[in-house]
Parts: sequence; structure tokens; C-alpha cells
Amino acid sequence: MPGTLPPAAAEQVVGGGEKMTLNPKATVMDEKAIKQALRRIAHEIIERNKSIDNVALVGIRSRGVPLASRLQAYLKEIEGIEIPLAILDITLYRDDLSERQDQPEVHTTDVPFDISKKHLVLVDDVLYTGRTIRSAMDALIDLGRPATIQLAVLVDRGHRELPIRADYVGKNVPTSRNEQVEVNLVEIDGKDQVDILDLK
Amino acid sequence: MQTLRRKDILGLEEMSAEEITLILETARSMREIMQRHIKKVPTLRGRSMINLFYEPSTRTKASFELAQKYMSSDPINVAGTSSSLVKGETLKDTVRNLEMMNIDCVVMRHPVSGSAHYLARNVEISVVNAGDGMHEHPTQGLLDMFTILDKKGRLEKLKVTIVGDIRHSRVARSNIWGLKKMGAEVVVSGPTTLMPPDMEDFEIRFEPSLDDAIEGADVVMALRLQKERQEGGLFPTLREYAELYGLNSRRVEKANEDALIMHPGPINRGIEISSELADGPRSVVLDQVTSGVAVRMAILYLLLGGTKEE
Amino acid sequence: MKTLFIKGGRLIDPSRNYDDRADLLIKGGLVEAADKNLKPPDGAEIIEADGLVVMPGLIDMHVHLRDPGQEYKEDVLSGARAAAAGGFTAVAAMANTEPVADEPPTIRYVADKAAGAVARVYPIGALSKGLQGVELAELGRMQKAGAVAFSDDGKPVLNGTLMRNALQYAGGIGALVIVHEEDPTLVGKGVMHEGSVSSVLGLRGIPATAEEAMLARDLMLLKMVGGRLHIAHLSTAGAVELVRKAKADGLPVTAEVTPQHLLLTDRAVKNSGYNTNTKVKPPLRSEQDRQALWEGLLDGTVDAIASDHAPHHSDDKDVEYDFAPFGIAGLETTLPLLLDELASGRIKELTLSMLVEKLSTAPARILGVEGGALKPGSPADITIVDPGRSFIVNPDNWYSKSRNTPFAGRQLKGAPVYTILSGEIVMKEGVVADRK
Repeated sequence: MPGTLPPAAAEQVVGGGEKMTLNPKATVMDEKAIKQALRRIAHEIIERNKSIDNVALVGIRSRGVPLASRLQAYLKEIEGIEIPLAILDITLYRDDLSERQDQPEVHTTDVPFDISKKHLVLVDDVLYTGRTIRSAMDALIDLGRPATIQLAVLVDRGHRELPIRADYVGKNVPTSRNEQVEVNLVEIDGKDQVDILDLK
Repeated sequence: MQTLRRKDILGLEEMSAEEITLILETARSMREIMQRHIKKVPTLRGRSMINLFYEPSTRTKASFELAQKYMSSDPINVAGTSSSLVKGETLKDTVRNLEMMNIDCVVMRHPVSGSAHYLARNVEISVVNAGDGMHEHPTQGLLDMFTILDKKGRLEKLKVTIVGDIRHSRVARSNIWGLKKMGAEVVVSGPTTLMPPDMEDFEIRFEPSLDDAIEGADVVMALRLQKERQEGGLFPTLREYAELYGLNSRRVEKANEDALIMHPGPINRGIEISSELADGPRSVVLDQVTSGVAVRMAILYLLLGGTKEE
Repeated sequence: MKTLFIKGGRLIDPSRNYDDRADLLIKGGLVEAADKNLKPPDGAEIIEADGLVVMPGLIDMHVHLRDPGQEYKEDVLSGARAAAAGGFTAVAAMANTEPVADEPPTIRYVADKAAGAVARVYPIGALSKGLQGVELAELGRMQKAGAVAFSDDGKPVLNGTLMRNALQYAGGIGALVIVHEEDPTLVGKGVMHEGSVSSVLGLRGIPATAEEAMLARDLMLLKMVGGRLHIAHLSTAGAVELVRKAKADGLPVTAEVTPQHLLLTDRAVKNSGYNTNTKVKPPLRSEQDRQALWEGLLDGTVDAIASDHAPHHSDDKDVEYDFAPFGIAGLETTLPLLLDELASGRIKELTLSMLVEKLSTAPARILGVEGGALKPGSPADITIVDPGRSFIVNPDNWYSKSRNTPFAGRQLKGAPVYTILSGEIVMKEGVVADRK
């Protein structure tokens, strides 16, 4: 997971187990930029849905969860109401399980409300191939029949493999496939920062 | 620990505390799925499994089948007939044939101890032991631990008293190994003729007096009594068994106030355990059944969720 | 017949306490001379035995050759080849065949079939008709037909009166009775030693008492009615103690152990993951029992070592533990296993001379057959061993028809390199030759 990497010259086990060195290339968002992006998204959610009375947030484990929680706080600041927040673990819906040697750890999904007829905003850190979001939508639909599913991401780095787009984007970051986007969040990583790393 | 690096689940004796913890934690996530309206996840879509039962079973078989279906795999039930006298197809031939149908996993119940080991040696696919003779019933042990953990919040330093036919019980063996690895204290009690001939390797305490065994227990688990044990001369009558070793409300007063009452089922009411106790507030007999499906889903995911290493 | 000259080996002959370098001259199927610095006669075939050990041909006094009846597991000829490969020049074949060897024709069948074989095969007759433990078999007529001893081995004699009569009657005709001591009512459906390992594995146990109770009974009967009693495959500490006491009391009793009981314990069942090649009767016992067997062997309580060669086809053995038959095929591993144990130095008082005594001289004496010695006039049945040869047990290379051994894959040090029967080389470097 990118966020757990130490800041410099981190090593990560990729795919079949060979080790690759990741070199920090550039910081694309700092604490302030992240804050501004999330506030803007909060406003866009209100604008698009007219009222947030029937809106709920769904954070995708793991970094979608603190992001969703921050959005919940901003929305409360602006509108004065606390909208429901759910936590979604998509492990059991992944389409790459049979290609991986080690099964990913399963965590609980925690949806403390009925999602039927709700406008759901899925929240994740990075939008890349779109496969995670596909899994998340499958998982949500197994839980009920929401009115709409919208997508909010902190970073859209392109290279989609499925016909999926985000409704709310913190920042569009053009990348090459040889690069990796590392999102650090205070709640998990101790700092707020988005870096691009080079896979060499 | 994040992954279970083994091909088979044969018994809890050979598993580590870390592996058991991983299964129990994964089972917690699985139980959440069971509470949903749509009780199905696509995780094991396209995986096929054989439930090969050489002994009659209602709940274990149903529990495995539900777990397999909740995970979107395709189970087939095969009732095996096995006898040393009637020469039918051998277990080895049966399973090799099934393996050629591109099955991913065999769940087997068999009356001979060690048959799960035998099978695992003979096939490349995963084998889950659903009870082998008097040896082990690892998924039952895990579901019992899952139930205790759920109710008590821990396993460590709990006193668990297992009462009854320890000698012939695969449930008792799996519970003993699992609970001990997780740091619980295990005390067994029952007629001396129904104790294993030598308990040294289990490192458990045998307490011939049931009252002393129950004293201060956090969990009291009764085992099913097979009627043929009486015919084998191991105890005089069911009446005497019930009087000396049956659990009832009065007897469990000696246990801790919030002690759990467990039984792997099916229950012989009034013999191993009184109805009043089995249906009472401390009884978690029915929770055990729910735990069973969650634990089996966890095992199937952990065994089959990834590809096998070359 | 060729003259054979075995040169420069270490010769061991326990019958005369000989253990020194010596040459051996063999003529006409007999030992002509055994002494230092002999001259090879012209035209003699010379075996260079420098660094090798020359001993009287080994005699396995307890094997099952399955012939007649179960020739898919073994037959007299394949069993003899396995014996020659394993360094044995003679075996005594148990009576639990189909039909049971309980009448002279079956005894003669075995003897006749073995006439041209690469090892001597001594038939053992059944003690009771059909091994049923009810009526005494025709011991006298079978003795005349060539039976060297009588035993219901494989089936214990539960009926005390029958055992009493058998011992008494056999005593009268000078016949040896061999007993498999195991009370079937205490064995029940047991498949392994009853103890902490069986408890963990959930396998039904066979208590040590099953052996000891019946042994105690038979020793008391022996004291009462006389006769000559040999106890097959002792397996427990208590049984060793019973035999030790009986011998101290002067009873005419002898006893054997098998290599598997000397080398393995019930832990092997667990460590092998329920491998059915660990399923044997009597069962592999506890470590304490195993040590007591060695003590008995070293102090003379146990007279002989026998393989209890019990060949089974893999179709029968490759099944669930409870369903597999009991037995280990041991003709081709017995000697190397013991040589390896000797080389390891684990048993301090064990000597090569003692092994030869237990594997050759004592069995000849107990069965009352020739062999067990290497002096002028002895039959030229000879085993030559290379104590330094290392190899890995591979049942696929066996001469026996069966492969059931728990020792497969073991690296052993010490192996027979020549087996000579009546002055003829029947095995050389592991290769068995057919007799001319």
C-alpha cells in the first residue's frame, strides 16, 4: 500500500515478489491543497444534489475512509447536518483474486443504514484503472438499491480500463504507467501529502 | 499474519495461534455478509467444490454448503459409502476421479482417523477436514472458538471445561488444541472410561469430579454421547450417565455467573444437557450454528482466495 | 561344484566365539577350512574380502511368504530372492497361508517349491487346525513332512486349554511352539499402541497388557506342562521382563524381536501422517518399551532378531489407516538397519558378533536347523557384509513383490554384498542370481 511507505527510497514488493525501488519524483498536493480540494468537493456535492438530506458517504477501505470522514465534517460545517457514513471493504469483490498469490486481508464492511433510495457518494483516494470502483459498486448493489451512486476521488491519474469516471475530482494528475501515486493521510500515515513516485 | 500459507485444513494441532487468529478475524467479516439481505459475494465465483461425506451429517454439510454458496462457488454433494468389508471404489480412486473434473477443493467427513491426511497426500487440491474419525474436526473447533471470542471478547486465560466422551470425540480434540494455542485453560471431565487412554500430550487437566471441573469455568461445553459407547461397556446406562455427568442448571451454578453453555449438537436432551439449560439464556448453542457458516466462509476464502504458489 | 576361497575378511563365528581375520575355503557346499593365511587352491574362485565381514548365513526365523494363496503379495521363490538380497540364507515361513499350512501336503508344497530357491525355506506348521484355535493340528505328521516349528502366528491362541495341550503334546514329540502373544479381547479394534500418541491421533489403541497378559499365561502353562516355547516379536517392556524372569526360573523359553520394534516407536505413526506402513502387529510401542527391547537383547533375554516379513500389496496398504492390513516387509532391510544402528554407535554395548549371534547362530539353535556356524564341516551358507557401504532404502528395487516399509528413503550404512548358499554365490553386490 503506497501510504505505508517510508518517504524516501522506499522498497515495495510488487506482483510476483521482485523488489522495486521507488524514487519520489514530485509532490503534487500538500496539506493545504488537499484541504482545499476536499472543501471544494463538499460544495460540489451540495450543489449537485440540491439538498444533502438523502445523501450518504461510503468510504472505500483504506484511504477512502478518512477522506469520507473529512467530507462528512465539511458537509456538517456547511449544512449543519451530519450525513451517514459507511465503510466498504471490497476485498471479496476484487476481480484479480485468482491472479494473486496471497489473498488480501478481509476487513469488515460497516454500513449502519439502509442504502436503498439513497444518493451514495463513493469516496476513494486514487482513481486509476476503475476496477476498484467496479468492485465497490458491485458490493453496494448487493447491499441494496441506491437512488444514485456518485464517485469522489482525491486524485484521478488516468489510464482507465473500464468505462468509469469520477463525479468529483480533487486533482487530475497525468501520470505514466511507470509511476505510482502515493497518498498520505494524517489519520493513517501521519501527514497529508500526495507524491508521484517513479518505479524503476 | 495476512495470509494462510497452507494447502489443507486438516487439524488445529498443526496450526499456529497466528493462523487461528487470522481465520477468526476473517470470519468476523464473513458474518457481516450473512446478516445482509443479499447473502452472497462473488469472491469464489467459478470455483467448484466437492463435499464428500462418508458419514451422515446434517449441520456440518449444510453449513459448508451455505458457506460455499455465499461465496459464489459451486458445491456438489457426494455421499460416500465406505467399508473395509464391502469392496467398493477406494477413497483414493474416488477423489482422483473427482480431481480430474477440475475441482478446486474437497471437504471430507470420514469415519477413519487420519483419512484427511491420507487424502491430502494423494491429491493436489485443497482438502478441508470436516471430521475424521476420532481425530479432529477443525472447523467445529474454530466455530466454537469464534463463538466464545464473540461473547467473551477473548480466549486467553478463560477456563473452558469440556464434559463427556473426550476419548471418541474429534470435536473435543480440535477444541483442546485450538483453545490451548489461544491461551485458554482446558479442563476435561466425564467417566474415566470415556477419557483418552493417555492425556500427556494434550497437556490438559482431567478432573474426575464434574462439580470441581465446572468450578469457576467461563465456558462449559458438553459433548454428544454416542449410544453405542454404552453397548461397548464403557458406562452402565444412559440414566446413570445423565445423573453423574449430565449438565443442568443446578450443576452449572458453580461456574462463573456469565459462563457460556455450549454443545456441538445434535443434542440428546436430558442426557448430556437439560433442556432448561440448552434453551436458557447462557446457552450459545444456536450462535454456534451461525458461527459455523462464517468460519467456513473464512476458511474457503483463505484457502482458495489466491492462486497456489508454484 | 566350484571351489570358493574367501580371502582376508573379518570372520565372525559366534558358535565358537571367533572374531578375527581368517580365510575361508569352501568345497562341495561345505566349509573345508577356516583359518588365517590359507592358500587358495588352483582354480578356486576368489572373493577378496579385505574390509568385509564374513559370517554364517543369516537365518530369519519369522517370515510370511503368502504362498500358497496370496502370491500377488509374495511367493516362496520371490521371498527366497528377497532373503538372498537381504543377506539371509534361510527363512522360516509361517503357516497363515491360504490354505493354512496345517497338514503335511501344504508343508511339503512349501518345501518342494523351495527346493531350487536361492534360500532355504523352513516351513512352520499351524498349531491348530485352520488357525481356528479350537483343535490341535497334526503336529507329528507335519514334523515328519519337514515342519521345523508350530505356530498360529497372526492369530493368538485365546483358548488356554488348547495352548496347554499344544505345549504338552509338542513337548512330547520334541517340537518347538512359537506364539504370537496378544489377547484379542484386549486388542479389540486397536490399530496402534495405546498411549499418548494414539490418544492424540484418535486411533484405537492396543494396550501393552494385551501382549503381557497372554504371555504371562503361556509362561505359567509352560511351567506347568513343559515343552519348548518361543515368543515371537516381543514388543513391550513388561513382556521383556516376563521373559527375563521366566529364564531366571529356568523355563525353556526363547524370544525374538524385530528391527521395527527396536528402531521405531508409536511416534512414527504420527510423524508419518498416518502412513499405513507403520501399522504392524504387535504395534510400534513407546520409547520406554523400545529401550527395554534393546536392554533385553543386550542382556540375553531376547535370543534372536527376526524380520516378521509381512508383505502386503500396495492396493491393500494404500488405504485409510483403519482399513490397512498389519505388517511390514522386512527381509531386505533387517540386516542393513541393524548394521546402521551398530555404525551409529547409539547402542554402546552392541557388537557385530552379537548381531550375528541374534541373526544366525541363535535362530539355528532355536529351530534346530543347520547353520549358524563357520567351521570345517559346516554348510557353506555365508553372508558377507560391507559395514561401510551407504545406501538409501528404495523399495522399488526390492526382490520382494511387496514394498510396504516405513523405512523407505532412509540412508543406511552397512549392507550385505554376498550371500552364499551351499557354496554357491546367490547374491553379489545386491544382485540375486538364479541357481544353476
